[in-house]
Amino acid sequence: MYMGSALFFLTVYLIYPIVNTAYLSFLGKGSKAFTGLGNYWYVFTNADMLGALKNNLLWLVLFTSITVSLGLVIAVLTDKVRYEAAAKAMIFLPMAISFVAASVIWRFMFEFRPAGIPQIGLLNALLSTFPGIQPVAWLVNTKVNNFALIGVGIWIWTGFCMVILSAGLKGIPLEILEAARIDGASEWQIFWRIILPMMRTTIIVVATTMIIIVLKVFDIVYVMTNGNLGTEVIANRMYKEMFNYHHFGRASAIAVILLLAVIPVIAFNVRRFRAQEVVQ
Amino acid sequence: MKSIIVEVLGMLLSFWLFLTPVPRAQADVVNVLGIWSGSELRDFQDVVSPWEQKTGHTMAFVSTRDLNAVLTTRLEAGDPPEVAILPNPGFMHELAENGKLAALDTILDMNRIKRDYASSWLDLGTHHGKLYAIFYKATNKGTIWHSPKNFRAKGYSVPKTWEEMMTLSDMIISQGGTPFVIGAESGAATGWPLTDWIEIILLNQFGPEIYDKWVDHEIPWTAPAIRRAFETLGRIVHTPQYVYGGPAGVLATNFINGTYVLYTKPPGAYMNYIGGFAQGFIKKQYPNLRPGEDYTFFPFPIIDPRYAGGVTGGADVIVITKDTPGARSLIHYLSTAKAQEIWVKKGGFIASNKGVRPDTYPDVIAREMALQLANTEIFRFDGSDLMPAMVNDSFWKAVVEYVNNPTGLDEILQSVEEVAMEAYGK
Repeated sequence: MYMGSALFFLTVYLIYPIVNTAYLSFLGKGSKAFTGLGNYWYVFTNADMLGALKNNLLWLVLFTSITVSLGLVIAVLTDKVRYEAAAKAMIFLPMAISFVAASVIWRFMFEFRPAGIPQIGLLNALLSTFPGIQPVAWLVNTKVNNFALIGVGIWIWTGFCMVILSAGLKGIPLEILEAARIDGASEWQIFWRIILPMMRTTIIVVATTMIIIVLKVFDIVYVMTNGNLGTEVIANRMYKEMFNYHHFGRASAIAVILLLAVIPVIAFNVRRFRAQEVVQ
Repeated sequence: MKSIIVEVLGMLLSFWLFLTPVPRAQADVVNVLGIWSGSELRDFQDVVSPWEQKTGHTMAFVSTRDLNAVLTTRLEAGDPPEVAILPNPGFMHELAENGKLAALDTILDMNRIKRDYASSWLDLGTHHGKLYAIFYKATNKGTIWHSPKNFRAKGYSVPKTWEEMMTLSDMIISQGGTPFVIGAESGAATGWPLTDWIEIILLNQFGPEIYDKWVDHEIPWTAPAIRRAFETLGRIVHTPQYVYGGPAGVLATNFINGTYVLYTKPPGAYMNYIGGFAQGFIKKQYPNLRPGEDYTFFPFPIIDPRYAGGVTGGADVIVITKDTPGARSLIHYLSTAKAQEIWVKKGGFIASNKGVRPDTYPDVIAREMALQLANTEIFRFDGSDLMPAMVNDSFWKAVVEYVNNPTGLDEILQSVEEVAMEAYGK
């Protein structure tokens, strides 16, 4: 009985959409004619799509490595101070803001006015206090715009990594750390030789979660640049194919590819998570 | 938590609706999907309320900035609103093609419609010989905004031709000013103010025939005329000091904020080409500026005398996505001059109905804009809005890329051409 209702909802809300999406991905624009692998061919040959794939890779590398390592550093550092809760709350706060709102806030941070006119964007206002430095159009300048967007993602998600990693950190038995200290290990050695290996599972779970999130990254790009000037990502491209061009086939093909890319990560994550539960 | 509250409220509401007796047998709730919100929506509701009182129907306006996505989803889900107000006819043609719209020929009195609307509007609303849309709130996109006060203070006179405008620009620069401001940033739609530039340049430089061929993709994007139009815009955005903030300023300045730049002290720039709706932004930001004296517009200057006075424009289109008596009654009402005059009096509205009297317009600027639209011999609808969405997007992107990268024009146009080949299938 209980199983039945769960299966029912899984079928209606998960399995049916997946199967239908996969089916649509082999059909053309109006979902009538069969086009074989045409939509997939498009995804991997179209110049805009290739740019999006490249940017997703950049996001994947920078976003995942920085959120996880920054989260870990903050977790370890705040663990030792009296105002830990306050410090962690500050870092975690951006998580409470919706991504769209966060993106809007950051658009103000990145706001650009021509040189000589009072800057209202915080970053350019800071730059303008140094004589001789020109304001930067953060979202327009193709040298920095991708990094500006990734920075916003990091700002939002670091708090999440920190909280999980901090919980993992608290899970390390104090006796082990005490013993190491008595044996004369420096804090640096404790971090590298004890904390890091013991938190390995947690770090991997957090990192894989971040990978899943980054593959789906959409809101920030959609709100801040809509993929203009070389900032396109695949999820935004999927949205455009679907809602702007009404090409359900291509949108579905992108969705299927995203799903396939995420599945191994999820499988790995679930296995790791189980392993971790056994350890604890 | 919030969603639970919403759900409970929704359930209570549906119970309430279920239990409340329907006052009149014929009363419908007409759901209208559109992008209007804030003051525009209030004005629209004022237009509709006499209709509600007279017929007993009620209108429920669903406002979204993401109209294409919401309408697509609702149509796919089999739950369309009765009426949709689309910001351009491109999407209308697509919906009509897929059989999602009710034809209006049999719903409206076509003799009256033909009397009240210019044939160019009706042609635009027709798909395969049937009328599907009423053009409603028109926009004049042949307007270059400036401040007569600032012009007077410096002894500048309004340029009549493109060359005069360039001479004036050089003079402004020699006196330490900036001739133009272009605000191209518009969130997910960034680039449209630049496509408006290209369109009006093309219309005034090469005339309506080339323009139509371009819109229908009978000439390629790599054609010399299109290239020339891009380069003409390039002369403004890529010449140092011509535009507020240089190319980066163009792409980073929001189109609404751009309209404010002319009225700062000292002025950030002297001229701003943007559609007639800019008056609304200026009025709201600077309520003390007097229309006609502190701010006004001059018509886009003559490039080729043969095509003098060419004006582009746009309009919201009203379509029926679910045919009910209430929807029919509403679209009939909105198409009348009487209904349009209500909004005309409030400002920010140029009527598409010819029956609206010029003295209904609230100020000199609105009247001038309406007259310019009514009197021009060369009027063309905003071309990008008529193109398939894929091409429109690609066009936005192309102008943005071109502003950022002046040397890559050939490749940029080639990439739009590839998208167009696919979208038009020719």
